Amino acid sequence: MKTQRFFLKSCLALLLSGVVCVSTQTFAQGPTKANTLSIGGPFEFTSQDPSQQGYLFTRMQVAETLVDVAPDGRLLPGLAEAWQVDDTGLIWQFALREGVAFHDGHLLDAHAVLNSIEQALNKHGPLAQVPIASLAVLSDQTLQITLEQPYTLLPAVLAHYSTVIISPKTYNPEGQVDQLHATGPYQIETIQPPHKLLVKRFDGYWGQAASIEYAEYLTGHRGESRTLQARSGQADITLTLDPASMNSLKRERYLNLHSDLIPRSILIKLNNGHPFLDHIDARQALSLALDRTGIANAILRVPGSEANQLVPSSLAAWHRQDLPPAVRDLQRAKALLAELGWQAGADGVLVREGERFSLKLITYADRPELTTVATAIQAQLAELGVEVNVEVTNSSAIPSGHQDGSLEMALIARNYGFIADPLGVMIADFGQLGGGDWGAMNWQHPEVVELISELKVEQDADAYFQKSQRVAEVLAQELPLIPVTFYTQQTAVNTRVKHFRFDPFERNYYLNEMELSK
Amino acid sequence: MKSILLNRLMQAVMVAWGVGTLTFIFMRTLPGDMAYRIAAGRYGQDNVTAEAAELVRQELNLDVSPWLAYLNWLWDLVQLNFGTSLISGAPVIHEVQHQLGHSLGLAFVAILLSAIIAFPLGVLSGMRVGGLFDRCLLIISALLRAQPVFVIGLLLILLFAVNWRIFPVAGFGTPAHIVLPALALALVLASVSSRVIRDSTHRVIHSSFYTFARVKGLSASQTFARHGLRNLSVPVVAFMGIQLVGLIEGIVMVESLFSWPGIGHGLAHAIFSRDVPMIQGTALMMGLIFVCLNTVIDIACYQLDPRGRLQ
Repeated sequence: MKTQRFFLKSCLALLLSGVVCVSTQTFAQGPTKANTLSIGGPFEFTSQDPSQQGYLFTRMQVAETLVDVAPDGRLLPGLAEAWQVDDTGLIWQFALREGVAFHDGHLLDAHAVLNSIEQALNKHGPLAQVPIASLAVLSDQTLQITLEQPYTLLPAVLAHYSTVIISPKTYNPEGQVDQLHATGPYQIETIQPPHKLLVKRFDGYWGQAASIEYAEYLTGHRGESRTLQARSGQADITLTLDPASMNSLKRERYLNLHSDLIPRSILIKLNNGHPFLDHIDARQALSLALDRTGIANAILRVPGSEANQLVPSSLAAWHRQDLPPAVRDLQRAKALLAELGWQAGADGVLVREGERFSLKLITYADRPELTTVATAIQAQLAELGVEVNVEVTNSSAIPSGHQDGSLEMALIARNYGFIADPLGVMIADFGQLGGGDWGAMNWQHPEVVELISELKVEQDADAYFQKSQRVAEVLAQELPLIPVTFYTQQTAVNTRVKHFRFDPFERNYYLNEMELSK
Repeated sequence: MKSILLNRLMQAVMVAWGVGTLTFIFMRTLPGDMAYRIAAGRYGQDNVTAEAAELVRQELNLDVSPWLAYLNWLWDLVQLNFGTSLISGAPVIHEVQHQLGHSLGLAFVAILLSAIIAFPLGVLSGMRVGGLFDRCLLIISALLRAQPVFVIGLLLILLFAVNWRIFPVAGFGTPAHIVLPALALALVLASVSSRVIRDSTHRVIHSSFYTFARVKGLSASQTFARHGLRNLSVPVVAFMGIQLVGLIEGIVMVESLFSWPGIGHGLAHAIFSRDVPMIQGTALMMGLIFVCLNTVIDIACYQLDPRGRLQ
C-alpha cells in the first residue's frame, strides 16, 4: 500500500513540476500589446547569416546597407554618404557616414565595412558576380573598391540585403554569424527561428529614432492563418495576403487594405529549344490563348494587372509604354499553330507527325496564387488544343530543370527588383546565349546579349535608356518567356498603425517612421 | 520491472538504427537534386541558382557515395553526434531540443486538457449506458473524431480568436498562445478516450467484485474510489499510450496552423528542404520518445494492476 501511495504521490509531483516547467520555459513574459508592433508574414527564417535571410533583417530595420533604395528605384545614400567612380570606371570610393554605432557599441569605420564586404564575397549572393580586384581602406571613413572591369551595377549590388554591414564581433572564427549586431534603428531582442523575431528600439541610432519600442515578426506559414491574424487584430501589419480573402477583410472597419504594385511578374518560362516551342509563332500562339484578364480579375482580384511584357511600369527603363495590351485571340492562336502543322486530334489535343502537343508545366507553392493560376492556364491552353500537365514541386526544380534540360514549361514569379537596378536580373536571365536559371532557356539572341554586355559599362543615362528599351522590345516580340500578370502585394494594416508605407522593393518596413495610436 | 526496462532499452537501440537508416534511404531515393533543394531552403526562392547549388554541393561534400555517407552517419550516431543542420548550420541536437521543448509543452497541456474533459464525461456516461447523456456524448464524440484536427483548430480560431478575441490566432510566448492548439488536440483525444473510459466504467461497475464491495457495506462513493477508479484506469492508461502516436501525427498540422515551432512542423520543413541530418535527428528523437512513453505506460500499468506483476 505504501508503495502505491508513493507512486501516486510521485505522479502528482511530476504533473505539478511539469506544469511549472512548461509555464516558466514556454511562457516568458514579453513586451505588451501597447508598445509592440506586430507583423505577420509568410516567410520562415532559419539563420542570421545575411547571405541567407538578410532580407528579414533589412525589413525589420536591424541591418543597413551602404546604399539605400527609394521606392521609385533611385539609389540613395545609406551607410555611405557619397560614392564616386573614376573615369576608367574601375575605382570606386565610398565615403562612410560618421557617428554610426553598431548595436554592440563598436563604431562604424572602413575596417568594419571591409570585413563585412569580404564576408559577403565568400558567400552566395550578387556581390560574388561583381568583378572585384581588391578592397582597400583609404582612411577611417573611406573604402575603395577596385574592379577588374567596369561594372555600373556596383552601387545597386551594395544595396542588396546580402551586403548589409555588420559588426566584426558578429562573426565567429569560422565566419559564421553568432549574434547579429548591425546599425539599424532596431536591434535583435529575441530570435526564435523559424517563426519569431522580436526587435527593440536602438537608442544609439544615427538617423530618425523609432517611436515604437518593440516590433515583432511572426511567420504565418498558411495564407488563412495570416488572414485570421489580421481579422483578429493580433497582427498590426499582415503581408502577402491571399487575394481571395481580400473581400472579407474589406468589411473589417479597423483594417486599411493596401494593394501595391511590386517589380515582380508572373511568367511562363519556356524551353525554347523544345521542338514544340522553338518557333516564335508557337510561343505567340500560347500567349494569345491566355485569358490574362480572367486571371487578373477572378484569381488575383487585381483588375488591370495583366502583363503585356516582362517588366512592370514601375521600372521605367525596362518597360515599353508603347506596347499594346495583351488581349486573348484564340482564333489567331489556332491559325498560328495550324501554320506550323498542328492539327486537332480525336480527343481535341493537337497532333503533328504523330506527336501530341502535350507539355509539363511545373510550379511551386511558396506563392499561393501560382498553383491556381497554373490550373487556369491549363484550362485556357486546353481550349487551344494544348495539353498541359501541371506539377506542383519545389522552386529549386526550376533552375535544376533548366540546367539538366528537362524543363518544358514553368510558372514562376520573377522578382526584377531583386537588385535595385533590374539590369542585375537581366544579366542573369538573358546575359548569355542560352539564357539563365530563371530566365530564357535555350534562347539564342546575340543582339540582346550584346546590349546587356554594353549596359554593364554604360554610364550615359540616355544611352542606357535606349538600350534597355530595345531589350524590352525584343523580349516582348520574341517571347522567350510569356508574361502573364504583374504582381500586386496585398497588405492589411490595423488602424492603430500610423504612417504606414510600403516599399515596392521589399527591403524595408519603415518601422522607425510608424507610430501606434493610444 | 527490470525485464521491462531491458526490453525497452533494446527496443530503443533498434529504433535508433532503424529509423535513421530508413530516413537515410528515403531521402536518398526522393526525386530531385539534393543540392538544389538545400540551396532553396537556405537562400529562398528568389536566390536559388545553379551557383548556389554548386556552392552547397562542395561545402557539404554531397558527391560522396551513399554508402560512405551512411557509414559516416552510423559512426556519428555511435558517438551520439547528430551533426549540423544543412540549412541553418546549427547543431541538430540544439534545434531538436528547442523544437522538442515546444512540442512536449503542447502535448503535455493537450493530454492534461483531454483527461480533464474525458474523465468526468466518460465516467458519467458509463454510469448510465444508453441514457440521454450517453447518446448525446456518442454523437459529439463521433462528430469530433470525424474532423481533421486542423478543421477543429480553424473553428476554434474563428470562435475564440476572431469573434470573441479571447485568445491569439497563432504564435507562442504567453500562456494564452497554447490554449487553442492544445484544445484542438485535446478535443480529438477526448472524443475517443471518453468512449474508452465509458466502456471501462460500465464494465467495472457491473463486475462481481464491485457488487460485492457494495454488499459488504461500502457507500457508492467509497466503492467507486476504492474499487472503481483504479480498475477502470488500467485500460485507459494503456489506451492513452496508443493515443500519443495519434497526438504526434496531429501535432504536425496543429503546429503549422498555429505557427507553433515544434518538432512536427520542423520535421515537415526539413523534409521539404532535404535537411537530412535534421530529418534523421528529429525522426530518431520521435522514435525514442515513443519507446520512452511506452515504457512509462508499462510501468504505470505495472503499478496500477498487481496482476501484471505476477506475470
